Amino acid sequence: MAARAARKTVPAKKTFTDFGDYAPAPESAAIGRIQPRYQMYLDGAFVDGGGADLTTVNPGTGEPLATVATAGKGDVDRAVAAARRAYERVWSTMPGAERGKYLFRIARGIAERARELAVVETLDNGKPIKESRDVDVPTASAHFFYHAGWADKLRHAGLGANPTPIGVAGQVIPWNFPLLMAAWKIAPALAAGNTVVIKPAETTPLSILVLAEIIADAGLPEGVVNILPGAGDVGAELVTHPGIDKVAFTGSTAVGKQIQSALAGTGRRLTLELGGKAANIVFDDAPIDQAVEGIVNGIFFNQGHVCCAGSRLLVQESVADEVIDKLEDRVSTLRLGDPMDKNTDIGAINSAEQLARITELSATGDDDGAERWTSPCPVPDRGFYFPPTVFTNVSQSMRIARDEIFGPVLAVQTFRTPDEAVSKANNTPYGLSAGVWTDKGSRILGMAQAVRAGVVWANTFNRFDPTAAFGGYGESGFGREGGRSGLAAYLQPDAKDQF
Amino acid sequence: MTSAPVSQALPAQLAEATAGESALRRFLHGLPGVDPVGLESRAATLATRSIKKASKLAAIDLAISMVDLTTLEGADTPGKVRSLAAKARRPDPDYPDTPPVAAVCVYPDRVADAVAALGPAGVPGGGSIGIASVATAFPSGRAARAVKLADVRSALDAGATEIDMVIDRGAFLAGHYGTVFDEIVDVRRVCDAASTPDGNPVRLKVILEIGELGTYDNVRRASFLALLAGGDFIKTSTGKVSPAATLPVTHLMLQAVRDWYQLTGQRRAVKPAGGIRTTKDAIRYLVAVHEVAGPEWLDPYYFRFGASSLLGDLILQRRTQLEGHYSGPDYVTVD
Repeated sequence: MAARAARKTVPAKKTFTDFGDYAPAPESAAIGRIQPRYQMYLDGAFVDGGGADLTTVNPGTGEPLATVATAGKGDVDRAVAAARRAYERVWSTMPGAERGKYLFRIARGIAERARELAVVETLDNGKPIKESRDVDVPTASAHFFYHAGWADKLRHAGLGANPTPIGVAGQVIPWNFPLLMAAWKIAPALAAGNTVVIKPAETTPLSILVLAEIIADAGLPEGVVNILPGAGDVGAELVTHPGIDKVAFTGSTAVGKQIQSALAGTGRRLTLELGGKAANIVFDDAPIDQAVEGIVNGIFFNQGHVCCAGSRLLVQESVADEVIDKLEDRVSTLRLGDPMDKNTDIGAINSAEQLARITELSATGDDDGAERWTSPCPVPDRGFYFPPTVFTNVSQSMRIARDEIFGPVLAVQTFRTPDEAVSKANNTPYGLSAGVWTDKGSRILGMAQAVRAGVVWANTFNRFDPTAAFGGYGESGFGREGGRSGLAAYLQPDAKDQF
Repeated sequence: MTSAPVSQALPAQLAEATAGESALRRFLHGLPGVDPVGLESRAATLATRSIKKASKLAAIDLAISMVDLTTLEGADTPGKVRSLAAKARRPDPDYPDTPPVAAVCVYPDRVADAVAALGPAGVPGGGSIGIASVATAFPSGRAARAVKLADVRSALDAGATEIDMVIDRGAFLAGHYGTVFDEIVDVRRVCDAASTPDGNPVRLKVILEIGELGTYDNVRRASFLALLAGGDFIKTSTGKVSPAATLPVTHLMLQAVRDWYQLTGQRRAVKPAGGIRTTKDAIRYLVAVHEVAGPEWLDPYYFRFGASSLLGDLILQRRTQLEGHYSGPDYVTVD
C-alpha cells in the first residue's frame, strides 16, 4: 500500500490575525462610578476620620485612583462603642428571622450592583475583570445569601439548643479579595448576632466602601457594621482594643503571630487565616489535560495572590516531562495585560511593593540553581505586572519551595511514590490547602487524610463555596470560615446548655 | 488486523499501537483519562471570551469559509442541492466579498447534482468548493463492510472530494477496536485509490458520533483510533443523534489533534457538526480552536463546521457588523 500522496496544491493561506489577537474588549470604567474621595462608614454614617487621607492606586496603570479618609485617634474607640451599642440594643436581641431579612437585602444589593462592584474591584485591586465579575462578586453575594439562611436556624448549627453571639467582632482583611473577604467576615458575624468593626487593606479600601452604601441602603441598624480604612496601625489598635470580644484576621503569618501574642491571656476569641505554600500533587494516572488546567488555576488565578494558591507543583516523575511541556504550552496562551479587558487572564500585581517582593523572591530561585521559565507574553510598560513564571529543578531546601511568594510563580518538584509525595507536601510550616490529581478514588481519600491541609481539592483547585469550611493548620492559622464550622467562630453555646 | 497505510510515518510508540487488537486496546486504554468537571469548566470559561469589532468580523468571515454546508434529508432533490450549491458559492449576493463556504455535504446519490452545480472541485477556473459526501451507511453505519465500501466508491465515482464516514459504534462499544480501526483503514484505501480532478488526495472525515459514545474517555479513545487509522478529520457527529457537537467535546478533540501534532508532526483536522446554529456559538468554537489547538488550526483546511442553518446567521451578523445595525432574517436568502 503506497503512502498517501502529499497535498499538491496548498490552498491560499489566509491570515486571521485580526481574530487571533482579539480586539480590545475593555469594560467601561465609568460603570465603577469611582468618586474622587471616599469616607469611612461609622455608626451608620459616612464620616471623615482623624487620620490623613490615603491615596489608592490603580495597579493596572500605576496611577492614583481615589483618596480615602482613614481612622485616627479616637475613631476606633468610637466605632467599637457604636458596635457595642448596636449589639446590646438592637442586633443581639433581634429575632434571627429579622436579621436574616437584612442579610438577604445586602446579598441582593451586591447582586444588583454586581457590575459596578466588579469594576471597582478591578480598578482598585488589579485583578482581571473576568475574575471579579465571575468569581469575587457573585461569591460575595452567595456568602450573604448563605448566611442569611442561617440567621434563624442557629439552633441547628450543632452548638447546643440556643447558641448565643459573642459580641463585637474586630476584623482585619487583606487586599487580595477585598470584597469577598469582607463578605466572609461580615456575613457570618451578622447572621450569628454579632456586630462588626472591620478594617480593609490599605491598598484596596474601595469595594468595601461601596458595600457600605449597599449596607446603608439595606437599612441595617446603625453601628452594626463599621468600616475603618487605614494602615497597619489602625488594624493593630482595632485587634487589641479592650472593647472587642472576637478578632478575625486574614493576612500574613507574621502579623497573625503578633496578634496572637497580643491577645494571649485576654480571653478574647481569635481566628486567623494566614499564609500558605500549597502542594498540588499530580499522579501519573491523573487526567493530564485537566490537571494542567488545575495547575494553571491553582497558581495563576488572581496573579497568585491567593493564600491557598497551589504554589508548589509535585508531579510524579514518570509523567513530569509531559506535564511540564503541556503546562508551559498552556501558560503561553494566558493573556496578561489591562485588567479591565474582558479577555485578560492575568491582571496586575496589587502594588509596587508586592511586585518588588515577588521579583526578589524569584531571584533567589535563580541563585539557588532552579531553572526559570517565563511566559513569552508581552508585558505592559506601565502598571505593576509580573509574567507567569515556572521554576523547575526545584528542591525542598530552596526559598521558592518554602516561602510564600504570593505571586504568579510556580515551583515544580517531582516525586516517585505516594509516600514521598505526602512527606514533601507536608514538609512546610503551612497547612492551608492541597490538590490531588488522580483517577483513583481510593488514592484521593488516602491523600486527603495524609496531607496536613485544611482544604484538599481532588481533581480541581481554588474552588470556593459558602457551604464549605475554609481554614488552615500550623502557620496557616486556625478557625474555619464558611459552612457550619465557620459559624462556630461567631457563636458560643448558651451557658444553660453546658450542664 | 491490517496495518495502517500511514504506519511507516508514525513514531515507534504509535506504530506499535496498531500492531494488533491487544496492542491497540493497551494504547487506547493507556491514554490519560478525562475529568468531565474540569473539561466542562474549561470550555465554559473560554466561552466567556469577548470578541469584538475587527476580530468579530474576521471571525465571521473565517467561520463562513469553514462551513460544510450540509443537507442530509430523505427529501433531498436535485433542486435542493442546486440551491445549496448556489448559496455555498455566493452566501450573500448583496455582499460579493463574502467568502464562499469550504464545501457542500450531501448523500452519495446527490453528489452528481452538486458536481453539476459547482463544477468539479478544486479545478483552476472551476469550482473551489469541496464536495463532501457522507458514506458508509450513514448515519447508523449498520451494514456489511462491502456495502459501506461500495457506498464510498459510489460517492467518489460521482465526484466527491471529501468523504464523511461513520465509525462502527457497536464494535467500538463492544471493545472491538481492531474492527473499527480496520474499517477506517479500508475506507482510507478506497479514498486513496480515487483521483480528484486537481490531483489532491481525497480527505477523509471520521465521524465518532459522540452522542452514542457516552463518555469523554471514549471520545478521546475514538479520536486517537481514527487518527491512528489515517483519518484526516475527526468529526463529532452525524447530526442525527443528540447530543451532537458540544463545546467540551470539541475541546477534547482539538486537544487530541494537538497531542497528535506533538507526537507526529502531522497536523490533522476537526469538524464539529450538528447543533451549531448561531454566530455566537461559532465564535466560541473558533476561540477554542485558537486557544486549545493553536492559531495554525484557524484555517478551513484544519477546522470545519458541519451545519445547515449556521450560515444564515453568520451572514446576518456579518451585515450587522458592516452596516452598523441589525437587518433581519428576511434580508438573508433562505435556501
